[in-house]
Amino acid sequence: MAKLHVTTTVNGEPLEFLCEPYETMLDALRNQLALTGSKEGCASGDCGACSITLDDRLVCSCLMLAAEAEGHEIRTIEGMARGGRLHPLQEKFLEQAALQCGICTSGMLVASEALLRKNPNPSEEEVRFWLAGNLCRCTGYDKIVRAVLETAEEIREAAQ
Amino acid sequence: MTDIRYVAPQTLDEAVGAYAAAGSAARILAGGTDLLVQMRSGAVKPGLIVDIKKIRELTAVEELSGGGFRIGAAVPGAVLAEHPRFRQTWPGVLEAVNLIGSTQVQGRASAGGNLCNASPAGDSVPAMIAAGAVVTVQGPEGRRELKVEDVPAAPGRTNLKPGEILVSFTLPPRPPGSADAYLRMIPRTEMDIAVVGCGVSLTLKDGVCAHARVGLGAVAPTALLVEPAAQALIGSRLDDAALNAAANACRAACRPIDDKRGTIAYRTQIAGVLLKRTANIAAERAQGK
Repeated sequence: MAKLHVTTTVNGEPLEFLCEPYETMLDALRNQLALTGSKEGCASGDCGACSITLDDRLVCSCLMLAAEAEGHEIRTIEGMARGGRLHPLQEKFLEQAALQCGICTSGMLVASEALLRKNPNPSEEEVRFWLAGNLCRCTGYDKIVRAVLETAEEIREAAQ
Repeated sequence: MTDIRYVAPQTLDEAVGAYAAAGSAARILAGGTDLLVQMRSGAVKPGLIVDIKKIRELTAVEELSGGGFRIGAAVPGAVLAEHPRFRQTWPGVLEAVNLIGSTQVQGRASAGGNLCNASPAGDSVPAMIAAGAVVTVQGPEGRRELKVEDVPAAPGRTNLKPGEILVSFTLPPRPPGSADAYLRMIPRTEMDIAVVGCGVSLTLKDGVCAHARVGLGAVAPTALLVEPAAQALIGSRLDDAALNAAANACRAACRPIDDKRGTIAYRTQIAGVLLKRTANIAAERAQGK
């Protein structure tokens, strides 16, 4: 069976790739496009380590076929730092040690960024609820949640 | 998985044609949150995947007159939650749809997929049954309508005919004083599969229940419409006697299994408890509290 030709946009860059009809977006990112920041944790949509945005909506790339990217806009962790500068969330995760082994971190960051775009002033409960689909086996979540809340506060202050 | 094909047709006619021609090995792809997991585990090996999300009717949320809505079968939970008026009119249906999985899953998972996956524990199904939702399906022989409660046939099986695709849900007009609610029992606080799910939709007129529908999930091979429970509520002021009678009707309707999530006795008991709590929430909403 012939491979499918997919025309899409990844992190603002138009690009094309070939994929198998059954291939997931996560596999295409990692294996075809050499974007290995998105991780495979569970491959069943439970852990969130493969989180990306599809037309600005947070999804698990393991639960999406690569062919579905046709005509849509994908953003991954690789697109988060701009012009050599880390995103404030990335800075804060580093500063607060909101990561240990790092497997969940790109998913946490992509998910947190999606949250702050939708809700610049989330409560702790809203952060925890939003990130409930991102599993971390190291940090106990507390540092992550605090880092997201503090980043949100700093972004709000900077905007004033 | 070498002989698999993927198509994403622009029209329903094309989708039905491709789906029907491919026979039993074909699968419909909406949000993919069940299908991709099933493919990954090897439980499903589709010969053809028909992605229905390029078809406008399947991804649209349309407001009808008097509080009615038509929801495309592939509309993700997150999209439904962002509709400016759906939440006010159908809070129970929305909370049930939004209980399906994480934020990431909500970005993709649809009520149509939840219904067609035909899990007895699907959260949106009892709420849609309580709402009196009707689905439109289209197949090689044209369109027809089915009540939501008539769609599931058994765990993992529906009453859709070969080649038929779920198109949309139609929710009826809402008289004043109407509201709905959905509750489920899970041992965790979030992100789990229902041990029991209960949807109640009702209309109050001067404090008296004029209309009610009750849906139960995870207590039988398919989600159930529990008419005796609704009858126990109708005509009452939702007093203890009426709620107890409705709770008992729910328990009597249960035909659950024993599994790691709950025993038969536990599920049966909880079905009654949830009925009372869900009916109270629906009533408070109907009174604007």
